Amino acid sequence: MLKFAYEMKKDLTISAARRGLAAGEFSSFELTEYYLDRIERNSDLNAFVTIDREKSLFSARKADEKIAGGINMPLLGIPIAVKDLFCTNGMRTTACSRILSDFVPGYESTVTQNLLDDGAVFLGKTNMDEFAMGSANVTSYFGHCFLPFRKKSNPSVKLVPGGSSGGSASAVSSDLCVAATGSDTGGSIRQPASFAGLVGIKPTYGLCSRWGMIAFASSLDQAGPITKTVEDAAIMLKSMAGYDPKDSTSENIDIPDYQKVIGQSIKGLRIGLVSEFMSGLSQENLALIEKTCSWLKDSGCELVDLSLKTVPYSLPAYYIIAPAEASSNLARYDGVRYGYRAEGCRTMEELFVRSRSEGFGEEVKRRILAGTYVLSAGYYDAYYSKALKIRKMISNDFRDNAFSRVDAILSMTTPTPAFSVEESDKMTPVEMYLNDVFTVTANIAGLPGISIPAGLSGDGLPMGVQLIGDKFQEEILLRIAHVLEKCANFGELKKAVLMEDMG
Amino acid sequence: MGRSALRRKENQHFTEDLTQVSQAPGADGYRSDGWETVIGLEVHAQISTKSKLFSGSPTDFGSDPNSQVSFYDAAMPGTLPVLNTAAIDLAIKTGLSINGTINKISRFDRKNYFYPDLPAGYQISQLYFPIVTNGYIDIDLPNGPSTKRINIERIHIEQDAGKSIHDLSPESSYIDLNRSGIPLMEIVSRPDMRSSDEAMQYVKKLRTILRYIETCDCNMERGNLRVDANISIRRPGEPFGNRVEIKNINSIRFLGQALNYEAERQIMARESGEEIIQETRLFDAGTGETRPMRTKENSDDYRYFPDPDLRPVILTDERIAKIMGGLPELPDAKRARFIMEYGLPESDAAILTEDMVTARYFEKAVSASKFKESPRLIANWITGELFAFLNKSGKNIDELAFPIEYIGELVDLILNKTISGNIAKSVFARMVESNENPLKIVTDQGLTQIRDDSIIKKVVEEVIAKNPNQVDEYKSGKQQLFGFFVGQCMKALQGKGNPEIINEILRKALG
Repeated sequence: MLKFAYEMKKDLTISAARRGLAAGEFSSFELTEYYLDRIERNSDLNAFVTIDREKSLFSARKADEKIAGGINMPLLGIPIAVKDLFCTNGMRTTACSRILSDFVPGYESTVTQNLLDDGAVFLGKTNMDEFAMGSANVTSYFGHCFLPFRKKSNPSVKLVPGGSSGGSASAVSSDLCVAATGSDTGGSIRQPASFAGLVGIKPTYGLCSRWGMIAFASSLDQAGPITKTVEDAAIMLKSMAGYDPKDSTSENIDIPDYQKVIGQSIKGLRIGLVSEFMSGLSQENLALIEKTCSWLKDSGCELVDLSLKTVPYSLPAYYIIAPAEASSNLARYDGVRYGYRAEGCRTMEELFVRSRSEGFGEEVKRRILAGTYVLSAGYYDAYYSKALKIRKMISNDFRDNAFSRVDAILSMTTPTPAFSVEESDKMTPVEMYLNDVFTVTANIAGLPGISIPAGLSGDGLPMGVQLIGDKFQEEILLRIAHVLEKCANFGELKKAVLMEDMG
Repeated sequence: MGRSALRRKENQHFTEDLTQVSQAPGADGYRSDGWETVIGLEVHAQISTKSKLFSGSPTDFGSDPNSQVSFYDAAMPGTLPVLNTAAIDLAIKTGLSINGTINKISRFDRKNYFYPDLPAGYQISQLYFPIVTNGYIDIDLPNGPSTKRINIERIHIEQDAGKSIHDLSPESSYIDLNRSGIPLMEIVSRPDMRSSDEAMQYVKKLRTILRYIETCDCNMERGNLRVDANISIRRPGEPFGNRVEIKNINSIRFLGQALNYEAERQIMARESGEEIIQETRLFDAGTGETRPMRTKENSDDYRYFPDPDLRPVILTDERIAKIMGGLPELPDAKRARFIMEYGLPESDAAILTEDMVTARYFEKAVSASKFKESPRLIANWITGELFAFLNKSGKNIDELAFPIEYIGELVDLILNKTISGNIAKSVFARMVESNENPLKIVTDQGLTQIRDDSIIKKVVEEVIAKNPNQVDEYKSGKQQLFGFFVGQCMKALQGKGNPEIINEILRKALG
């Protein structure tokens, strides 16, 4: 019986959990307890940096009361995890930086408030790269985080979950929660989703409010979900998105019912293959793209070859714009009002310099310095101003040469599958930045992107493909993604390679 | 002290200063020693909004420290700015009032620097695309009726910083963020002024306009009008010299002092062969001197860039037109109209239109009068007796306990010969005490002028009878004694006799 109850809760999607809760197969309290126990037993994955058992169980109990009272909400009683970039009222929010390691906000981010309003139960805050700066979760102040997958060729070595939403990807793929929030500035949702065999959406810029989400690069940051299935992604996105008058860059549009498109035919849709995304792909990646293309063709899509000449400039533009904004956004962490403050400082300058030197990690400092440099007098025109122009050109290129001809663009999500900490240590910063080569474009152009698990590498690791759509065309992406999900049948593939569970 | 009393006080200083200037420039702008002073001003005016520029926190003055601080104002992680559109409307209003171009697209930029009372580590301002450009105002020159046009390069909107408090503890500094995020307009003039007088006139004129259109309270003591001055000197024909920026000037009088001191300092330096270094200096109100601000090791690089948290400000023609339509009559127009319509002398028109309340009170008083010739008299009464009373009692004109129409009624009593000018003064004195209407005072106290020939004749006869010696002297040619007889008659009539009738009867009686 006990075994049966446990099996029932295993690998639940949001829709399955909703059914189970509604049928009384388990309560939200039981489900929350199940995940809290799993989080504890799998603490070596280091997916969570803060949990509050009492608080989670309390809100689960509240959800159970509502369920008993016949109240219906999209996420009522569903235990989810929150990236530690979202401010949560009364719960420590650190951005996985020493400088905020004791920071407890007195306010709730709009995105997490939306989820709470829909009845979600928060299990805790997930690990991430410090201030979302990284692609391997190795810059976190709270230590490395790991995947439930290993290379067949080297099963003893732990692998990173990607970044920056590494903890969320680790937690969802290890079944430590039903779903999780992430944020994506250059690929921070899609790359970890791809490494972890999950679905991740970076919505159109302006779809989700940025209020209360700790800023990395304001013009690029977007919140989005990391989930086990495309349908879950649709449910989570619907809940997270929405106009927010507190965020001047949020778009005042009606949010469609994304779940409705799940299962709809994709016949007649035109899918673009951009030559600039294809050049230099590994044999394994090419094979996966070809396989995906055949699925799309079989589903009635038309494949269109495209060239977007500006695409190769996305990554350089990104690594000017993002650090520039970050250098300014992170200036508030000065040890004066909150957060880490260096001890025994004699002067104001010393307080600033030491609090920031001791409070920030290496990668964050590197980007602050780079950002400060590109904005400084005499360099602004050469770098920042030029990057903004390139950004505009990239946007126009997509508008004029892609979305006038196709409904979505297909590419790999990442150049390689997951790697180890040792491998990441050997990478230069630039090599690490190349992880974002396929994903940054969507951020630069403000377009929606989704990563869907499409297959396994020869070494037994998940591989994701990416779809990029036109602004606010998340519905089309979800439709296509759901078809691909079925074709790839990744759920079955995954069973063969998932590590033995800790229980 | 009330607001307008304060204002008058500043004005008094202002006129004093005009006479203090030792080296006033000639018509060509050059001083007698051959140096020309070049001045440009940056005026920071607090925009009169109820809430801050990017948050809903109130802007009330004098609240407990840190009692008007939202999460955003303290730059808590993840918080975002939301533009207060009222501040934009008031800036547009200001731009229109200084004859500026309202830019239909303007944008906010971040000015990055570290300071303990700058919570975000940057100030949101408008560097690249300010909301107003290319305006001007005309100032009065001290000698004569001529005016000079001072060009205004730009008005941009920005946030104020908080306040550091260093004198509460020997070990610690404290920070008050109540001011953090308060909306300011920075009004930047061209280097068009050539003397401290012009600079003071410029600030005074700007203040008058801002008060008229109610976009800024202009209370310099509270810091909601602050002036930074840029000053350089040059010889005729030379390009502009290195300029020095003077900060910490918190009154118009101090502006004059600071500029005069700084001009002399620069001239002395140049004449002894020194170069002027471009620097920022602080004005010390205690000594009347400027001294260099502690220079930072490296020069400021504010790394301006467009604020990605805010969208550009895009204005429609309709919005601008609507604000234009709501503009009050501006000081220059009002002054010209007062001269034309009421026949006021230039100087009275200038004083009465200096603030809108006074101008409005003047017109109300005029409307209460039945005499066409009353405005000049009313103007005299307001600028004379009434201002003296307000100064003494420390009141604003709008704090008077009696209706301003009484001034018009009082003047009418003079014009219809009910009372004499002298009696009117005692009626006025009584009026400001009792707040009774002048006619009632005159009636109650029996102050009505005596115009009855027979009464006056009787008094004249008595006076002549009592002063035979003076009558003899007068008749033998000492004409100036006439005044003595008038005085005696008036005294006997308790001041109420009509002076013209007394004169007439006396003249006849004295032959």
